[in-house]
Amino acid sequence: MAAEDHGDDGRQGWKSDVFRVLKQHGIRHVVYVPDAGHSVALRLAEADDEIQSVVLTTEEEGIGYLAGAWLGGDKGALLLQSSGVGNCINTLALQAMARFPLLMLVTMRGDWAEFNAWQNPMGQATEASLKLMGVMTWRADRPEDVAPLVHGAATMAFNGDAACAVLLGQRLIGEKQWVK
Amino acid sequence: MGEVNAGGDLDRREVVRRLLEGRKDLLVVTGLGSPSYDVMAAGDHDLNYYLWAAMGSAAMVGLGLAKAQPGRSVLVVTGDGEMLMGLGALATIAVQAPPNLTVAVLDNGHFGETGMQLSHAGRGIALDQVAGSCGFPWTAEIRQMSQVDGLRARIGSRDGPKLATVKIRAENAPRVLPPRDGAYVKNRFRMALGHAPI
Repeated sequence: MAAEDHGDDGRQGWKSDVFRVLKQHGIRHVVYVPDAGHSVALRLAEADDEIQSVVLTTEEEGIGYLAGAWLGGDKGALLLQSSGVGNCINTLALQAMARFPLLMLVTMRGDWAEFNAWQNPMGQATEASLKLMGVMTWRADRPEDVAPLVHGAATMAFNGDAACAVLLGQRLIGEKQWVK
Repeated sequence: MGEVNAGGDLDRREVVRRLLEGRKDLLVVTGLGSPSYDVMAAGDHDLNYYLWAAMGSAAMVGLGLAKAQPGRSVLVVTGDGEMLMGLGALATIAVQAPPNLTVAVLDNGHFGETGMQLSHAGRGIALDQVAGSCGFPWTAEIRQMSQVDGLRARIGSRDGPKLATVKIRAENAPRVLPPRDGAYVKNRFRMALGHAPI
């Protein structure tokens, strides 16, 4: 593993935990709009021959894709940044009306120590927006919470035909360095 | 852009009936509105998935299905307005290049469900050319029924994603409503493929 996965402070292991838990739940499709916080999971997904990795032009594409994959018998997960939750709102009707399992992993912006205030409006509205559309949510702000919360959300999504989102907090991900 | 390409002369019901003739184990996804009614009018089927919302999602549902079921052919039947709302899906599909996915865009150049307002397609945007630019190895603009038969013959091939715009008349056929219970249609579809409900 690269140093990026297990940083000197031992706080970065959650990044590979995400992918490990997805694999344990039999995820065959990882669909995403990239974010730095997902970079390890995305690299592992792209390198895994058993996983279909699908880069999207906009996040709501993933809701349709995962519905189709489930129709065909497969499980998947949508990885996105909090800004992309806003793009998903209307399309979440598909999940709500047909009760497709939907597992979303959301890296947060506009959440803590945000330098770019333009991220704040959607970041502050992310969890409330998901709840308004019937998505269950959990927040992970500590590394040790990531694996159990992703496991819990995957369990409830695929055993309950439910929409479940884990929000990966900005304190967990770390402050973005804008000036080097 | 002027009104250069607003629909055509083909009858949408006849187009869809011909496309689905002898469908065997074909998997079908429909975009909301008239394409869902057209597919229903051709005969309800366990292997149809009808969308009633999530405008712009039909092609992506088709992609997910095609990737999960690589041994089967998947046909998306949608309208020009629905496809326009998910235009980025053409790029996503082209990158994935599923060999078993065909998208048939019933193009009347209008938003038919909302009062026949002229769409981008009706104002000159050629969705088959957009798909071609994205890298779909086969695209076509269809104006004759004989070409519809040609499209049907290609659905079973495994030579990459295909998209055809089928130029239909801008008129609303009588509504033939598919089931609106999305969970029922979902589970019916999955069970036909051998997957039990949870």
